[in-house]
Amino acid sequence: MKQIVIISGKGGTGKTILTAAFASLAKNAVFADCDVDAADLHLLLQPEVLEPHEFKSGLTAIIDGQVCERCGKCFDVCRFDAISQDFIIDSIFCEGCAFCSYICPVKAIKMEENISGEWFISKTRFGPMVHARLGIAEENSGKLVSLVREKAKEVAIEENRDLIIIDGSPGIGCPVIASLSGVDYAIVVTEPTLSGLHDAKRVIEVGKHFKIKTKLIVNKYDLNADMAANIELFCRNNDIEVLGRIPFDKHIVDAMVEGKTVTEYKDGRAKEDIIKIWEKLKKNFIGV
Amino acid sequence: MVNEMIVSIASGKGGTGKTTIATSLVLSLTNVQLLDCDVEEPNAHIFLKPEIKETEKVFIPVPEIDEEKCNYCGKCAEICVYNAIAVISPKDGKKGKVLAFPSLCHGCGACKELCPQNAIEEVNREIGMVETGICGEIEFVHGKLNIGEAMSPPVIRQVKNFINSEKTVIIDAPPGTSCPVVTSLKDSDFSILVTEPTPFGLNDLILAVEVLRKLKIPFGVAINRADIGDNSVEEYCEKENIPILLKIPFSKDLATGYSRGITMVEILPEYRKHFLDLFIKINDLKKIG
Repeated sequence: MKQIVIISGKGGTGKTILTAAFASLAKNAVFADCDVDAADLHLLLQPEVLEPHEFKSGLTAIIDGQVCERCGKCFDVCRFDAISQDFIIDSIFCEGCAFCSYICPVKAIKMEENISGEWFISKTRFGPMVHARLGIAEENSGKLVSLVREKAKEVAIEENRDLIIIDGSPGIGCPVIASLSGVDYAIVVTEPTLSGLHDAKRVIEVGKHFKIKTKLIVNKYDLNADMAANIELFCRNNDIEVLGRIPFDKHIVDAMVEGKTVTEYKDGRAKEDIIKIWEKLKKNFIGV
Repeated sequence: MVNEMIVSIASGKGGTGKTTIATSLVLSLTNVQLLDCDVEEPNAHIFLKPEIKETEKVFIPVPEIDEEKCNYCGKCAEICVYNAIAVISPKDGKKGKVLAFPSLCHGCGACKELCPQNAIEEVNREIGMVETGICGEIEFVHGKLNIGEAMSPPVIRQVKNFINSEKTVIIDAPPGTSCPVVTSLKDSDFSILVTEPTPFGLNDLILAVEVLRKLKIPFGVAINRADIGDNSVEEYCEKENIPILLKIPFSKDLATGYSRGITMVEILPEYRKHFLDLFIKINDLKKIG
């Protein structure tokens, strides 16, 4: 079984559009939406949820006002600014380290387990999907990403599926690292802008750091063809294979509005090029 | 003009135009400071081209164990909720061992304080840096998370240590809805949520609205590429009574300018007035709360 992840560094370059298009073209795959912060893949794949589950993660401190003697020790030790002057814990900022609960001389602080999101096993018109929703303003997105990936792997083994396609999140931090670990290929999708290049370089470095083979796609390349060429040159000089270019195409947004993948929508330039990229990916790398 | 206010620019979905709006907003105001809190992928410097004056490193404190003093009691491993320390007890004449995993450590300091043998010291581990500088009259601060590091909030907190309370502060936040976003938005007087009128834009706007409501920060919406997609974002804002502060139609000139690192108000100077109006609107909305 192979695993590929679509990442970008910069947000809004087309990760989910591409993931959904690949999902529609893959014959025997499982799809994992690992952008648990702001998941969008479900809007195109319209999963029917088979199993919802709670995601429990981490602890939050709670002060019992009846017992608390307001000595201020907890306030002094908390490094996350989570305890107010009047000894109330702000659950949004508490990182669950429990230092306050250990240090409290009258044992007024308890640690409670958080329900910090949900995850789902679903079916879609293209195959099974594992996805999640991190609770608003919660932490531990990396843990939830790892959980989604683990479940996707279980589904793939159970149903004898030979590929997992992972939709990643923007950035280079915790959820991105969790979505990268142990994949066969990371595909960076970027846009021909200075920001796109800057951010792609950083996420490519992250791939290198974790020794992941990385490929690149330039989306909306005709927005600035010179910049697209610059990005491709950077890739050539750094042993990153460019899988292809996708033109700006209004059909992409139109398809999204209808809840369809690009490949299910009217023929157009973007659709044609995405199919070509998929064929190349399939033949040369995924081998399925 | 009213000053001394912190306005953050946020969005659930990435690539909707946070940096476009943040950079053009600071260029339209006076006595202003820009903080780029998207420390995973900072981009504001590409557009503002600041002259960087100072750089400081960002460290988090991680434990270092003095094995001379350590008696392998295991207390540190027991209290560390992040599993960043493991203790192997001495056995069959073999010496014990303490293993620290700095990349899992959140730097809470509990192990150092609670070690019965006083065998733990904290040492600094570098996870990123903060650069400060100027761009004309604008004070500029941004942070960069080091490659391979997972935790951006400590870098964001250090960027925010530079907040100049005598200026209007504009914060360019990272995308999403989790801890980096919350850390960036904390203590803002107002937030502008940037979105685009598409199903993805709407879905992620709804999530961002939940974050702002949870943080009790007043907010309004800016719609970028306002003439693509559908009407669902505007319908949603109307239904939820959320003010739409600004609409920017798609423009090929803006898109190509952006691709070269040119700000919106440099390409379309008439937007300076729109941004000024936007700021006045925010002041009014803030008063209403």
